[in-house]
Amino acid sequence: MTEFLQQIVNGLSLGAIYALIALGYTMVYGVLRFINFAHSEVFMVGAFSGYYLARLFPHQTIATGLIILAGSMCICAVLGVLIEKLAYRPLRNRSTLTVLITAIGVSLLLQNAGQAVFGPDPKAYPSIFPQKNISLPHGLIISSNQIVVLIVTVVLLWALRHIVMKTSIGTAMRALSFNPVAASLVGINNDFVISFTFALGSALAAAGGILYALNYPSIDPLMGTLPGLKAFVAAVLGGIGNLPGAALGAFIIGLIETFVGGSHWSTYKDAIVFSILILILLFKPAGLLGKMETEKV
Amino acid sequence: MKNWHGHVLLTITLSCLIWASGCGQGGADSNTIKVGEYASLHGSEADFGQSSHKGTALAIEQINAAGGVLGKKIDLITEDNLSKPGESATIVKKFITRDHVVAVLGEVASGRSLEAGPICQQYKIPMISPSSTNPKVTEVGDYIFRICFTDPFQGKLLADFAKDTLKAKRVAILSDVAAPYSVGLSQYFREPFVAAGGEIVADQKYSSHDKDFKAQLTAIKAANPDAICVPGYYTEAGLIVLQARQLGISVPLFGGDGWEGQSLIDTAGDALTNTFYSTHFSPIKDTPEVQKFVKAYQAKYNGETPDAMAALGYDSALVLADALKRAGTTESSKLRDAIATTDIVGATGRTKIDEHRNAPKAAVIITVENRKFKFLKDVQP
Repeated sequence: MTEFLQQIVNGLSLGAIYALIALGYTMVYGVLRFINFAHSEVFMVGAFSGYYLARLFPHQTIATGLIILAGSMCICAVLGVLIEKLAYRPLRNRSTLTVLITAIGVSLLLQNAGQAVFGPDPKAYPSIFPQKNISLPHGLIISSNQIVVLIVTVVLLWALRHIVMKTSIGTAMRALSFNPVAASLVGINNDFVISFTFALGSALAAAGGILYALNYPSIDPLMGTLPGLKAFVAAVLGGIGNLPGAALGAFIIGLIETFVGGSHWSTYKDAIVFSILILILLFKPAGLLGKMETEKV
Repeated sequence: MKNWHGHVLLTITLSCLIWASGCGQGGADSNTIKVGEYASLHGSEADFGQSSHKGTALAIEQINAAGGVLGKKIDLITEDNLSKPGESATIVKKFITRDHVVAVLGEVASGRSLEAGPICQQYKIPMISPSSTNPKVTEVGDYIFRICFTDPFQGKLLADFAKDTLKAKRVAILSDVAAPYSVGLSQYFREPFVAAGGEIVADQKYSSHDKDFKAQLTAIKAANPDAICVPGYYTEAGLIVLQARQLGISVPLFGGDGWEGQSLIDTAGDALTNTFYSTHFSPIKDTPEVQKFVKAYQAKYNGETPDAMAALGYDSALVLADALKRAGTTESSKLRDAIATTDIVGATGRTKIDEHRNAPKAAVIITVENRKFKFLKDVQP
C-alpha cells in the first residue's frame, strides 16, 4: 500500500511537469494548427536560465526561488516570441508542413546552439528552493521539491485558465482558434494574439524546465527531447488544442510512466508511453477530451 | 583591377593546396609516429574522456621529452566522440584511412570500445583500451588489448564486498539496459553473489540519459534490501543516490569503476555518505610509480589530483611506447606481437598482458566522506 501511494506521489509530480510543457504544445496548436517542436528546447533554455540566474543568489530562500522562476519565465517568453517572429511568422500563409519542418529545424538549431553556448556536459543543478524531506504516515515520503512542483503547477494552471476564460486577450485567443479570418474582421490583432500565445506557452515551459531540474538535478542541452516528446504525447492523449485535456493527459502519462517504471517491465517504460500514442491515434484520434472536427472541403 | 584580385586569390588557393598536399605526403614517412586517440571529451561521460586524455597527453609529452621512440616523436591525434553512439566508429575509420595511425588508444566506456574495436581489427591496427572492463571488448579479435581488469573480476569483488564488508544478504540491482558495461557488470555481480548464498530481491532497469529513478527506487524500497548495487555510470549514479536518499532509503549503495568522476560528487553531494565503488587506482598509494605520476600530473594540470581513468590513460601510452621500442618498427603485426608480450610497471601497478589480451590487476575500493573520495582498501586478483 505504501509503495502504491508513494508511486502516486512520484507520478503526480512527474505528470505536473509534463502538464506545464503539454499546455504550450496545445495552446500553439489551438491558435495556429501546428505542432511547435521547438517547444522542448524552450523547456531546456528555461532550465539553463534558472541555472545561471541562481548564481546571482548565493543563499536560497523561497523568495529568491520565486524570483529565479519568474526571471526564467520572462526570458523564455521573450525567446518564444522571437522564435515565432523570426521563424514562423514569415511562413504564416504557407502549408502547415513547411512550418512543421521549420519547427524541427528551430529545435535542432536551439539544441546545437545550446551545446555551443552552455557546453555539452551535464551540469549539476543548484537547489533553488530550500530542500527538506517530509515524512507522512504509512512511511510515505514527499520531498519539498515535489510539493513545490505540485503547488507551482496548480497555481499556473489556475492562472492560465483565468487568462484564457476571463480576460479579453483570452477571449481573443479563443476567437482566433475558432476562426482567424473572422477574428481579424472583428478587430482582433492576430499577430499580437499569436505572439502572446507563444509568450504564455514558453513561460510555462520555462517553469516546467526549472521544476524538472529541481527534481532531477542534472541538466544538459539535450535534456528537452524526451520530456518534450512525452508532453506532446500527453497533449495528444488529452485532445490536442484542449487545455484541460492536456493537463489530464500529462497526469495520466506521468502516472503510467511511474507505475511501469516500478514494475518488472521498467525497461519498456518509454516504449509503453509511445505505444499509448499509437493506440490513441488508432482508436480515439481526437483524444480523451478533444472533439472531432469535420474537414470543410 | 578585378583581374588582379583574381590572380592573387588563385595564387593563394594554389599555394594552400600545394602546402596541404605536401603535409599529407609528409605524414607517411616524416619524423613523427602518429597515434590516434578517441575519447568522450564532452557529453554525459565527459569526466572519463577528460581524465583519460589528460593522462595520455602527459605520458606522450614525457616520452617525447625523453627523445621519443625509434628516433621519432609520437604525434597524438585526439578526437572527441561527444559520448554519443556512432561517432567512435567514424573517428577510428578516419584515423586509419586518412591519418594512417600506427595504433589507436581508447575508450573508457565499453560500449564505445566495442564500436571501434571491429574496425581496428578489420584494418589490423592495434587498439589499446585503457579502461573498458566488459570482457567482450578484447574478444573482438587479436588486435584489441586492454590494460585494466575485466568485469568478471570486478563483479566478483563487489559480490565479496557486499557479503563480507557490508554484511548484505538481500541486494537490489538497478542497472542501465542501454550500456553494455552495466548489463555485463550486473550479471557478473549477480552470479557469484547468488552462488555464495545471497539473494537478489529486486532487479530494476533504466536507460542512459534517464533522470527520473523514483519509480524504480520506490519498488526497490518496498523489497527492503540490505544494499543496492548500481553498476552504471556516474551521471545516472549521482541522480540515483540522490533520489534514493530523498525517498528515505538509507542502506548502502555501491557500484563499479563507472562511478569514478568528480560530477558524481557535484550532483549527489552529501547524499553519497555510505556509498562505495571499486576502481583501478588510488592517488594516495605510496609506491614510487604512483607518486611520480601524481606529482607530474599535478604539475601539468594546476594541482588537479588524477583519478583512475587518468592513470590508465597514462599507462596506455606507456604500454604503446614500450611495445614500439621492443618491436623496433611501426609495422602492425610486429607491433601487435610486442603489445601482446607487454610486462611493465606504470601508474596503476604492473601491466602484464595475458593470453586473452587483458591485464589482471588489483582493484581498490573507494568511499565518499564529506564530499571527498576516500581510499578504503585494496583487492588483489
